[in-house]
Amino acid sequence: MNQVIFLILRRMRAPLAVLIVAYAISILGLVLIPGTDADGNPWRMDFFHAFYFVSYMATTIGFGELPYAFNEAQRMWTVFAVYLTVISWLYAIGKILSLVQDGAFKQAVVEQAFARGVRHMAEPFYIVCGYGDTGSLLVRSMVQRNMRAVVVDISPERINELELEDLDLFVPGLCADASFSLTLNEAGLLHKHCVGVVALTDSDPVNLKIAITTKLLHPGIKVICRAETHDAEANMASFGTDRIINPYDTFAHRLALALHSPGTHLLYEWFTSVPETELPAPLYPPHGTWILCGYGRLGKAMKTNLDREGVSTVIIEADPEGTGCSDFCVLGRGTEADTLGIAGVEQAVGIVAGTDNDANNLSIAMTAAHLNPDIFMVARQNKCDNDDIFQAALLDLVMQRSEIIARDILALLTTPLLDRFLRLILNESNEWANEQVSRLIAVTGDRVPDVWSFHVDESDAPALIPELAQGEQILLGDVLRDPRDREQSLDCLSLLLVRRNHEALLFPGDEVQLEPGDEILFSGKGWVMERMKWSLQNHNALRYVQTGEEHASGYIWQWLFGKML
Amino acid sequence: MNLEKVIFGFFIVLALTLNFGFFIGDFDNPAHHNVYELFAAIVINLIATVLKFGDRTQMGAVLLATSLVADLQLIIAAIVWGYAEHIAKTGMDPSVMGSIVSLSGGALLANITSVVLLIIETVNLRR
Repeated sequence: MNQVIFLILRRMRAPLAVLIVAYAISILGLVLIPGTDADGNPWRMDFFHAFYFVSYMATTIGFGELPYAFNEAQRMWTVFAVYLTVISWLYAIGKILSLVQDGAFKQAVVEQAFARGVRHMAEPFYIVCGYGDTGSLLVRSMVQRNMRAVVVDISPERINELELEDLDLFVPGLCADASFSLTLNEAGLLHKHCVGVVALTDSDPVNLKIAITTKLLHPGIKVICRAETHDAEANMASFGTDRIINPYDTFAHRLALALHSPGTHLLYEWFTSVPETELPAPLYPPHGTWILCGYGRLGKAMKTNLDREGVSTVIIEADPEGTGCSDFCVLGRGTEADTLGIAGVEQAVGIVAGTDNDANNLSIAMTAAHLNPDIFMVARQNKCDNDDIFQAALLDLVMQRSEIIARDILALLTTPLLDRFLRLILNESNEWANEQVSRLIAVTGDRVPDVWSFHVDESDAPALIPELAQGEQILLGDVLRDPRDREQSLDCLSLLLVRRNHEALLFPGDEVQLEPGDEILFSGKGWVMERMKWSLQNHNALRYVQTGEEHASGYIWQWLFGKML
Repeated sequence: MNLEKVIFGFFIVLALTLNFGFFIGDFDNPAHHNVYELFAAIVINLIATVLKFGDRTQMGAVLLATSLVADLQLIIAAIVWGYAEHIAKTGMDPSVMGSIVSLSGGALLANITSVVLLIIETVNLRR
């Protein structure tokens, strides 16, 4: 039975017993004391009237000597009974109030609501551990894409934030330590609809513990982890964590991508942004010498990636021994003009302010801009609260850990195909990417497009399967027609088609034939997906988009048409 | 010795004995069934019920259930009594008394179950 009711019952035992005894004594006294009725005859109150009288007296609802006026003995007893029962009531009410205020009780109520929320999950859901900057951004975007989530965080303030957040779907939140397996169990790790765990806490060891727990207790599901050091990354990878995201490497890799292929980078940005927000603008980082201020995790990742692109770098670091760059760096913090001068800021094309101090990073960027107004400024933002000043600084690019991680994970969770698509486009040329960008703009306008996929199978496309089984040909172009008017095509683009044998077609054309087991990735406005489902799920709509014929659907009409033909 | 167990056992057994005391006598003879005894049986039954609150064991749940049954039967018996005396004004004729006593007989069964369960639990304890 549920814990809250038990707590109430257990705590209310004594007050209820006291109340019952007080009532019993008062009623018994009234029944036993002899009285007189209106005509002066001897009369004794019976239990019915005594209970009636005590009920309204004890709760002080009203007062009146019923059914006949009391004599002195009865009044004396009533005085005693009033104090007895009223004090008993106060005691009972006080107990209830203190119970409601009680920490253990509140905790029980909250946990029970959470457990109920998790238990009633009827769709696939993810457990998100850690609701900081990254977690909240991720959950918001997941809800936007109609994905369910359960949140676990150790800090009560963050769980409060979750409750205050205006999300379209109910997201249960639990305040507990996610490194305990018990917590993950409570959050639904073993639930049949749990499809994955995302570990986003600030601490690598906790993320590691979450990944291990999940892999051991529910081996089949996806585990995605955030890792800030290469050590933790290697450790997580060693037991099969499905994806580990290191924000520094990811950011450096993206910037390198933007350097050699801005078009591909733009596609990448579009498909990993929150849908229905403004489209990110293309980024054209210049080629030439770059200055890296700070040789920590970000600096190292930037240098590796820029070296691979053949871009030369100059490093400024205040602690060369600690970071292992004493042979090739300029000593200093980068916030002073002379250090930047030694590093050659006048000739450099770009600067990365990558220290772990937001004020220093802004100072570096502004000093550099003063010395060289054309320089491409990249700064690392460590705290989400500093959004305003980083925006006001008019930087070309801001590296914000939480955003990078959230976007990458979102792409992974939306559909596994999107991840594959993003890896495939890395192999294509910049010209190819630019061509696709212009095609996409035509269908999505100035908002970030939604991404969805469907399987050619019984559950996603029940209308297609019987047709295909009869040997009919269904083209991808048919599915892309508007089921209201087949001359119009739906405002969306097919990005990727994966056959059952894992053969992949990038941007498949309309003439491609669908086969059972295909999986197709689309991009376009969110409502287009609903429209497309008509033709996938209703065989009349499918027949219409294929041939333009409206088919009779009822038995009688089918029979009539059969005769006439 | 556990004081809680003593009080618990005391109330459960007292509920049974009072109930039995009210039940015993000629079935439909009002003279054999005292209203004070019914009142005492109801009060003691209610207290016994409250004492069983919050016990999370299976035994605790069954004990609570039997107690609730006894309460229900006895309170209905009291309501029938009050209705006959004050609302219908029929007085305590044999048919009314019969239904009150049979209701209390049902409560008696529930109380016997309670006591039997209590004895089983005690025997199982072996301490």
